Amino acid sequence: MAAERKILLQHADEAYYSPGILNYLAQGGYEGLKKALKQKPEDLRQEVLRSGLRGRGGAGFSCGLKWSLVDRKSGKPIYLICNCDESEPGTFKDRQLVHKDPHQVIEGMMIAAYANDVVQAFIYIREEMPLGAKILQGAIEEARSMGFVGENICHSGFSCDIVVHRGAGAYICGEETGLIESMEGKRPYPRIKPPYFPAVLGLYQCPTIVNNVETLCNIVHIVRLGGEAYARIGRHGNTGTRIWCVSGMVQNPGYFEIETLTMKELLYDLCGGPLPGRKFTGIIPGGASMKILKVDDNFRNRDGRAIGFEDIIIDFDGIQAAGSMSGSAGMIVLDDSVNIIEALANIIAFFAHETCGQCTPCREGSYWARNILARMCSGGAREEDVALLYDLAGNIGGRTVCPMGYSITWPVRSYIDKFRDQFEANAGSNTCGVESFSERLIEK
Amino acid sequence: MRPVRSIGEASMKLSPNTLQGIETAIANYPRKQSAVMTLLHLIQEERGFLSDEAIEWVADKLEIQPIKVLELVTFYPHYRREKLGKTHVRLCRTLPCALMGAYRVGDRLEAALNCKMGQSKGDGTLTLEYAECLAACATGPVALVDEDLYENLNLPGSLQTLVDTVRDRSAEGASAL
Ligand SMILES: Cc1cc2nc3c(=O)[nH]c(=O)nc-3n(C[C@H](O)[C@H](O)[C@H](O)COP(=O)(O)O)c2cc1C
Ligand code: SF4
Ligand code: FES
Repeated sequence: MAAERKILLQHADEAYYSPGILNYLAQGGYEGLKKALKQKPEDLRQEVLRSGLRGRGGAGFSCGLKWSLVDRKSGKPIYLICNCDESEPGTFKDRQLVHKDPHQVIEGMMIAAYANDVVQAFIYIREEMPLGAKILQGAIEEARSMGFVGENICHSGFSCDIVVHRGAGAYICGEETGLIESMEGKRPYPRIKPPYFPAVLGLYQCPTIVNNVETLCNIVHIVRLGGEAYARIGRHGNTGTRIWCVSGMVQNPGYFEIETLTMKELLYDLCGGPLPGRKFTGIIPGGASMKILKVDDNFRNRDGRAIGFEDIIIDFDGIQAAGSMSGSAGMIVLDDSVNIIEALANIIAFFAHETCGQCTPCREGSYWARNILARMCSGGAREEDVALLYDLAGNIGGRTVCPMGYSITWPVRSYIDKFRDQFEANAGSNTCGVESFSERLIEK
Repeated sequence: MRPVRSIGEASMKLSPNTLQGIETAIANYPRKQSAVMTLLHLIQEERGFLSDEAIEWVADKLEIQPIKVLELVTFYPHYRREKLGKTHVRLCRTLPCALMGAYRVGDRLEAALNCKMGQSKGDGTLTLEYAECLAACATGPVALVDEDLYENLNLPGSLQTLVDTVRDRSAEGASAL
């Protein structure tokens, strides 16, 4: 029977634990920061590079490499921003880390700040987590009063404070350059890269590191264990644990911190398999933006060997080899009770609501895709709609300022590619009323 | 909006607490314009919405054009030009919650609270809305009632607790008026 491997969530859900600083200290909290402050910043950056840590926010970019790209010669101040916008549908792991173990986030941030000569750090937290913002604020005050944040941290001579910045309900603020614009007091229109790589031209056009909450928590354990020992957790190129969020049609949805597990181990051993009498049909592996995996397809592993769905290894490379991406690690499970067109309509309605509106293909394309899907759901589908939708969606990703264009292209195209029969059967029919989500779906 | 006045003219009476929060927020940032979202949050918390006067006041305070503030207010869903109900209910409608019956919960809430989705009650006690993913998808359907998260709303008991809370808060609101 597969099991979790809890490192970041080691204490979070235990009865003995609550988020106060004394609890954190009793479990060895802030020892990582003290250890880090005795080392040279560049050595810490090497440690993080050696650990192989990849960012947990979405793209899976090497954290050590990101840090090495920071412009240290410009003479401008360097900023750090912890990304707690957590808005990708299906994702709720940062909420756990912030609510249940806020000092781990703060310790990770202060180590990252010291390692990168950061003068000021921020946490960007979405508006819909008001309690999280209060918990963080309280924890920062506790940490400041004990000398772990603020002036002359642990008498090392290093100073850096943290400010909690609350969002106001816009998904696009999770995209790092949109986030930076938002923090500057502007509309969160993502910036174009190049030239606006945050490591060079970030907040106030100064070098800026944007890291996800979970990425920063991992920094604590890299320092504690050492980069090399950390790199032995997980698979080569996919080091460390990852917190996967499973929602939708499984017996036991929730968050699971795992090392190297297969789909079968996660979805059956940990999540209890499908609901009684149901069959899994499709899995959206990494948040609503990602391509769907059809359960009865054939897949490949990262060595190119043919495998079945159940043997897909749930990490960056395993899911990429299977034809999608692990994104934000928000896994949404669909079964044979779910109308795939409705599922897509729901997701595209999300992106049509959340487009920042800056690029025509994303703004207009999401609107038209939503409308076509809405009429497919309400029985007004036209003969040409499947082809029209497919074509339209293919012209968005890659033609926009930020990667959100793909959040329309990937779902639309993959759902149609994998479940074309359902889309074609729908043309002109009246079987997929929008109401059906509430009609056909279970009550727990 | 009324004609824009020149910088330095807007005036507004805010509570000492809010004013204190505003000064702290401004001091928190390397550039004061970064405090604009926090100022809007604080004023909306006190007033329930953001008036022309509030927008001009914030613009004055941060030395930016009022349009730069207005364009944030119109962009971010959280900022409101009209007063929200005393209690604000936001029910998540995104896929994982929808799979667990969010739309059906929405219908029941409309009936139980006698308020349509996307609307505020005439007596100012309640605003009921759908929201996008609230980052609590495994315990869906979920709703935020002001600052509190209600989970597993497809369980009849949980839904009833939410409805009772809303009614209690609305009653408090009515008696305080
Ligand atoms: C549309 C869009 C939304 C995003 N939303 C989030 C988010 O909510 N949280 C997050 O950490 N990263 C999000 N990202 C990724 C960030 O841009 C950025 O890559 C990430 O915060 C970097 O952190 P990491 O290197 O630690 O993963 C989003 C990206 C895009 C394109
Ligand atoms: S792709 Fe969409 S979300 Fe991204 S900048 Fe363009 S319009 Fe905005
Ligand atoms: S879909 Fe409702 S909380 Fe994520």
